[in-house]
Amino acid sequence: MVTRVTGTAGTTGMARFAAGDRVRARPADPDGHTRLPGYVRGHVGEVLEVRATWALPDETVRGVSRPEPVYAVRFGAAELWGSGRHSVILDLWESYLEDA
Amino acid sequence: MSGGHAELPVAARVRALEERMIAAGLTTDAELEEILAGVYASASPVNGARMVARAWTDPAYRDRLLADGNAAAAELGFAAGARGYLLKVVENTPAVHNVIVCTLCSCYPTSLLGPSPSWYKSFAYRSRVVREPRAVLAEFGLELPEDTQIRVWDANSETRYLVLPLPPESADGLDEDALASLVSRNGLIGTAAR
Repeated sequence: MVTRVTGTAGTTGMARFAAGDRVRARPADPDGHTRLPGYVRGHVGEVLEVRATWALPDETVRGVSRPEPVYAVRFGAAELWGSGRHSVILDLWESYLEDA
Repeated sequence: MSGGHAELPVAARVRALEERMIAAGLTTDAELEEILAGVYASASPVNGARMVARAWTDPAYRDRLLADGNAAAAELGFAAGARGYLLKVVENTPAVHNVIVCTLCSCYPTSLLGPSPSWYKSFAYRSRVVREPRAVLAEFGLELPEDTQIRVWDANSETRYLVLPLPPESADGLDEDALASLVSRNGLIGTAAR
């Protein structure tokens, strides 16, 4: 079975982003497996916290173990859909994010 | 797809995938059986309800539950799944209502909520609750005040969510067992008040 790398937020000393940072989910539509949902691609959100360090799924399926920081990121409904007042929060691997 | 008649082709596809994985040496029938037996033997929303009732009666436990869901679950003898998901408990308040989903598939804290309901796995729920949660919750019979903020948590990684509902107004005088019986699976998902 595939081995998952699990860690606590304390191990992410080299995390690129921090709570409060504005980040953009990469707009790319990658070939193959990803855990970056289509509805957030290209949109700007706010980092709530560093979740943990986990292996990037896009690489795991290729047999490559690439642990990296994972962030809980909040997106506003108006940003995602053009209307609405709710928030959507999901976890995004560092490779899925760029500065906003 | 949801619906009884669609389960036959899906079941065949699952079995075909299992057979490929077994043929590749990645797993065995015995290992799959053991995992499923272990999960379903103890997986039930009664477990999540017990955690909620404890949090309602013990403020220190509530604090621990919100700070470290896995440790708080373990305190009551509940494990976070066969491979150890990261459990995050999100608390409802008069100002905030939480609801959970997995848009990519149907990830769900099975050990604490039992097997997931068909609607949770449906394309309709997964696509609509992130887009129009208020309307979706109303279809479940949950009408929230206009100024209640809704947070939708998408379990797209190793994190699994559990909602800590608001206690009933008549909570005083009820013991933990009575309170636990008031907590439903839908309340733990966020499609019911509790």
